[in-house]
Amino acid sequence: MLSIKNLHAAVAGNEILKGIDLEVKAGQVHAIMGPNGSGKSTLAAVLAGREEFEVTRGTVSFAGKDLLGLAPEERAREGLFLAFQYPVEIPGVNSSYFLRTALNEIRQHRGLEKVSAMEFLKIIREKLQLVEMDEKFLKRSVNEGFSGGEKKRNEILQMATLEPRLAVLDETDSGLDIDALKIVANGVNKLRSKDNAFIVVTHYQRLLNYIIPDFVHVLYQGKIVKSGDKELALHLEDYGYDWIKEENSRSERW
Amino acid sequence: MTEEMETLHEFTNQEYKYGFVTDIESDTLPKGLNEDIIRAISAKKAEPDWMLQWRLTAFRNWSKMEEPTWANVKFNPIDYQDIVYYAAPKKSDGPKSLDEVDPAILEMYNKLGIPLHEQEVLAGVAVDAVLDSVSVATTFKEKLSDLGIIFCSFSEAVREHPELVKKYLGSVVPPGDNFFAALNSAVFSDGSFVYVPKGVRCPMELSTYFRINAQFTGQFERTLIIAEEGSYVSYLEGCTAPMRDENQLHAAVVELVAHDNATIKYSTVQNWYPGDKEGKGGIYNFVTKRGLCKGVGAKISWTQVETGSAITWKYPGCVLQGDHSVGEFYSVALTNNYQQADTGTKMIHIGKNTSSTIVSKGISAGFGQNSYRGQVKILKNATNARNFSQCDSLLIGDKCGAHTFPYIEVKNSTGQVEHEATTSKIGEDQIFYLNQRGISTEDAVSMIVNGFCKEVLAELPMEFAVEAQKLLGVSLEGSVG
Repeated sequence: MLSIKNLHAAVAGNEILKGIDLEVKAGQVHAIMGPNGSGKSTLAAVLAGREEFEVTRGTVSFAGKDLLGLAPEERAREGLFLAFQYPVEIPGVNSSYFLRTALNEIRQHRGLEKVSAMEFLKIIREKLQLVEMDEKFLKRSVNEGFSGGEKKRNEILQMATLEPRLAVLDETDSGLDIDALKIVANGVNKLRSKDNAFIVVTHYQRLLNYIIPDFVHVLYQGKIVKSGDKELALHLEDYGYDWIKEENSRSERW
Repeated sequence: MTEEMETLHEFTNQEYKYGFVTDIESDTLPKGLNEDIIRAISAKKAEPDWMLQWRLTAFRNWSKMEEPTWANVKFNPIDYQDIVYYAAPKKSDGPKSLDEVDPAILEMYNKLGIPLHEQEVLAGVAVDAVLDSVSVATTFKEKLSDLGIIFCSFSEAVREHPELVKKYLGSVVPPGDNFFAALNSAVFSDGSFVYVPKGVRCPMELSTYFRINAQFTGQFERTLIIAEEGSYVSYLEGCTAPMRDENQLHAAVVELVAHDNATIKYSTVQNWYPGDKEGKGGIYNFVTKRGLCKGVGAKISWTQVETGSAITWKYPGCVLQGDHSVGEFYSVALTNNYQQADTGTKMIHIGKNTSSTIVSKGISAGFGQNSYRGQVKILKNATNARNFSQCDSLLIGDKCGAHTFPYIEVKNSTGQVEHEATTSKIGEDQIFYLNQRGISTEDAVSMIVNGFCKEVLAELPMEFAVEAQKLLGVSLEGSVG
């Protein structure tokens, strides 16, 4: 589904990603871990098409298409979803209207009929239950005045509604208490299927107790320096990132 | 649009067809302005002598006045002797078919969802307006007149209801009020007249939404609305579609009079030609609008969405004379490319316990310059007067400007005046967030801007609100990315 080859990316001339290789197949969940500043969020942003990041080398193909050649909205319509680390507030824009507009853009791209306001209400009610959110939320402006936990749940709600092929969760666990974390993880688990895939970007192992990954990759200084299964995450939990840093500085010395 | 509205539009169109077009033979007066020209205009409209004298007085006032220079706008001097002040409509002037119309304009019509036939009319294609629903329109006219409501063209009012026109004309905006009001008073072409009798609630939105024939009255429009005790009327002015117009200078005057416990709601959508991307051409829209809350508990509410014109100079205000009277001003002004807007309101509190609310949303994109200019005045006897003002500016890009000029004058110590102002920039973060959900940048900007204007759009009648939302999006096209 997603194939990243030798991806290099820079912001304002500073190279942050220094050759990423990653294969993600349908049905898989990949966790990307790493210390602060290792390039995790940059990878998420580059996949989504954020403009300030310049891809200097490498290729990314997504569902058979050259992902890097697509505008951000085209990537979204192709089924790439980014759950933001810091969801943005859009004052005055009704949540329900926003999400229906997004859904209809994506449906239209897939050759499906647009949904009416009534049909949308039926869909969204079901999805709201998934993330344990109240219907009153639909009347509020997008993320405006939401608590941190509400914003993250809202991201999962949007993901559930838009049904992406590939969802990238960028530190969705940061700032969540354990109850909210469970709700978010639960939402993700219910959406997992053989047809979609997830990339879970996280600093902590905690989330991976609830979303069990098939693969865990450690990103350090812009490269994936270690890959393994969920045991790798547990190891990181116990020993921190220092051994990764040491291993790499050794390799540099050699 | 409801069926009622549709019919009403046709009714209004028809009003103009019979009230104006058929009255005047097709011809044009020479350029320039002097007493002879004014006499000629008045004669062509077969006006009574008092009307002519009123125009002449206004002209003499105007001759002694100077064009105002205090507004935060820049334009080349206007040669008032180089303008044709009276031109009867000539249908043959226009393009022969839509094929001859600028494709950019057609594209905009399509985006606004305007039906083909209306597109022809708006673009000035020489078609005969088909009005086969005369009988339906007549029914509407009957319905209004059964209630004693008068809704007609200004010219017709001068002829049919001279006592009302004489009594109220110039009572809110005196002919010498300002340079442009004086000019309008001297040369006004036509406009609308509304009279709602005591205790009557006008059952429909009255509209000058005359998409058809509107181009003939645009230049020096004059509107007068009178609401008697306990009555209610909602009036819609303008059109979301850009209309073909050869006249660069527009100087309209609108006067509203609300008696005891009467309510007048006046909504405008203004989308005159803004000029091209380099700032060439475009309408100068210099308008004087004022409402008088004459009686106790009277209420006047202005709502405007200003997206068009190269220059907008407009301050719809309320004179709160009656005790407990209420004034409201809700405004969206958008300037893109090289457009300039200096707009706001005046709230003059004279009576006791009067209150006013001002909500102004300015949006600047491109090289646009947007100024809010508002005056809140609480006079000596206006005990317990209250005002709340909120002025928000949204900037798109870094070459535009937003300015706020509030003037507050309080002469009664019991007065309460609140003023809030914010300026924000449309965020790339916001656009990217919407992009990431599959929404294009154009639609994203439109969504963010509509969210920003929400409180004002909510004041518009439903049909208008939907069109105004689309209009904001279309007007900002190309302003980002």
